[in-house]
Amino acid sequence: MSVKLNTRQVGDVTVIDAAGRITLGEGSSTFRDSIRDLVAKGNKKVVLNLAEVSYIDSSGIGELVSAFTTVANQGGSLKLLNLGKRVQDLLQITKLYTVFEVHEDEAAAVRSF
Amino acid sequence: MLDSTLDSVDTAETAVVEAAKAMGFDEDDQHKLGIAVRECMVNAVVHGNCYNARKKVHLAIVPAPDRLTVTVTDQGNGFEMHQVPDPLAEENILRHSGRGILLIQAFMDEVEVRKAQPSGTEVRLVMYLHRNSG
Repeated sequence: MSVKLNTRQVGDVTVIDAAGRITLGEGSSTFRDSIRDLVAKGNKKVVLNLAEVSYIDSSGIGELVSAFTTVANQGGSLKLLNLGKRVQDLLQITKLYTVFEVHEDEAAAVRSF
Repeated sequence: MLDSTLDSVDTAETAVVEAAKAMGFDEDDQHKLGIAVRECMVNAVVHGNCYNARKKVHLAIVPAPDRLTVTVTDQGNGFEMHQVPDPLAEENILRHSGRGILLIQAFMDEVEVRKAQPSGTEVRLVMYLHRNSG
């Protein structure tokens, strides 16, 4: 299963619930298009909920980084929510844990903007 | 022999994870093997063979009592490891790509990259069974 994305608003914050695999191919292009679409619509406060993401490869990590920079370049910020252990490990290995703001609680993530 | 397509990446990953499962590797190690093989296959298909339909990727899965060895060989032009930018360097940390070899090295017990003959790159991965039991 490639990634499925569901977007919802919590106040002025856009929460993206992602599920499945973010890998090279359909998974990563779906993800990229969705982020670009959100930013084009003026959404600048974005929380990416990865609770249901079971698998990310290096291309998927690249998409997370691109999403982060795409939102930041528009003056916004993207924060991560509910990382599973495997995704946490990937961010540690790649040193991206220091780049992303990571939350374990949605309300706290939304309040943090 | 696998075609130079993204479908082959999935095929290889599935085959290696199945082999690892049959050998008794735990789920975490199966996952790490799967990612490492996936990254090797992506490098072979995308960067090595450049999706060329005339070029193939050779996958060998060799179980042994104490280890699983996987070899991925492409028919591309090869590359030099020292020319791969360090993905952990400050100037590269926000690059979109370039983390595949880092993940392979982080997840596997042994990684060997060498030139294949007459052309291409061969990557040999080894993971030992019971590596966490001391």
